[in-house]
Amino acid sequence: MYSEKVMDHFANPRNMGEIPDADGVGVVGNMKCGDIMKIFLKIEDNIIVDIKFKTYGCGAAVATSSMATELVKGKSIEEALKLTNSVVVEALEGLPSAKIHCSVLAEEAIKSALIDYCKRQGIDPTPIVGCSGDCANCENHNRE
Amino acid sequence: MTLKVYADNAATTRVSDEVLEAMYPYFSIHYGNPSSLYSLGREAKIAIEKAREQAAALIGAEPNEIIFNSGGSEADNTCIGVYARFVAPKKGKHVISTKIEHHAVLHTLDALKKDGFEVTLLDVDEYGLVSPEALKKAIRSDTSVVSVMFANNEIGTIEPIAELAKITREGGAVFHTDAVQAVGHVAIDVKEMGIDMLSLSAHKLYGPKGTGAMYIRRGLYCPPLIHGGGQENKRRAGTENLAGIVGLGKACEIAGAGLEKEKERVTALRNRLVEGVLKIPYTRLTGHPTQRLPGNASFCIEAIEGESLILMLDMFGIAASTGSACSTGSLDPSHVLMAIGLPHEIAHGSLRFTLGHYSTDEDVDYILEKLPQVVDRLRAMSPVWDDYIK
Repeated sequence: MYSEKVMDHFANPRNMGEIPDADGVGVVGNMKCGDIMKIFLKIEDNIIVDIKFKTYGCGAAVATSSMATELVKGKSIEEALKLTNSVVVEALEGLPSAKIHCSVLAEEAIKSALIDYCKRQGIDPTPIVGCSGDCANCENHNRE
Repeated sequence: MTLKVYADNAATTRVSDEVLEAMYPYFSIHYGNPSSLYSLGREAKIAIEKAREQAAALIGAEPNEIIFNSGGSEADNTCIGVYARFVAPKKGKHVISTKIEHHAVLHTLDALKKDGFEVTLLDVDEYGLVSPEALKKAIRSDTSVVSVMFANNEIGTIEPIAELAKITREGGAVFHTDAVQAVGHVAIDVKEMGIDMLSLSAHKLYGPKGTGAMYIRRGLYCPPLIHGGGQENKRRAGTENLAGIVGLGKACEIAGAGLEKEKERVTALRNRLVEGVLKIPYTRLTGHPTQRLPGNASFCIEAIEGESLILMLDMFGIAASTGSACSTGSLDPSHVLMAIGLPHEIAHGSLRFTLGHYSTDEDVDYILEKLPQVVDRLRAMSPVWDDYIK
């Protein structure tokens, strides 16, 4: 059973779409597992001024994408990096246990887009994000 | 959104007005215990025996070959689990079934495995058909039970039951079929088809939930799963679900009387639905194109995920079903979709409509109006779809 908040974000996803001239793009998940999230970032003066997502997946995958983008929009890169999956879950008023991995995926999708941004700027993302970004497509997104 | 179109009749059906009407008096007027000697009890007993005749008539059985119980799962547990254990000392510990069975069968088989049984699960082809040749090869002298579902709940494929039953008999084993999806929807004659045991459930044919029956051929003994009183000719203990059994009997009678006409009507609706849905690009039918249950229209829709489909269809008041991984609570889509050889990424987009007695032309029109919108919306959201349109 999904919370009303999850259903609201599924039915009316916030920030759904693409940014054609994005400053950073991140893709996580895979077809085999059944969920893929793609995040587009527009960053000005270290601030996420715009963010869009595209998601293939279940109701929770769409809702966590929507909520995660909403939570980091207007935030600085450093603040956005503090976003954890549990913050997303809490904001959605909970997720069924089998769907927690969707929130992990949403967290990773944002990080992945930020890593892409850093790389495009010629900055080493490791000290900022905490990893090189090579794990962005890792299969570990199902850790719960 | 209020319900506009119920298209999940394989999950359950609404109790028909006539069935409900028949059941009512058995809650508060003729409420006697069928085992009681006074007239209130005798009335109840007579009602049960009438229901037994009605159920038997629907599948070509004799009334004393029908044992009422709680439904399909109990029947499967009894006919496979209890029977295999009972005959194991004499016959052996080998059981054959298929990869596309309902979990009531598959988990019963898992339990048998834990008790040292060997289980062979037959493969199916891309349409979900079991090969009689494969059964011939798999059957051994120590095979006690062969269980093949009459028709699959997810993809609707109807199995070559008579042929499989014949091979089983020639191989010296007993043939059971889980016919929960088929009874009342397609013609079944247990004698003609050579079926030894069969599971059926009332709520799949406009009867109440929690009531079902098993057919066990005369001369075949299967001990009870539930021990206790001597009800059901000592084959299934427990005070009878009187109103439920009356409802089951009535549902069987109605289904039998209108079977061919209803089958034709629902098949026509189904065909129109299938035709319409397949107009959506990158959509495929799952299951056999013709050898399938009248009401079953099951698909895979590429680049979107089944649970999202169901949730969004629900927003339009359409109740349907999926076998996607997200709905199964695991990383794998349904075992049936895997068994027919679909890759994960296709199976994730599974969508099943199952039409029934209350389905109308307007229902099909409404689904065909809304589904393309839902698919478009989800595809617009899907990063995978971008690769398709490139």
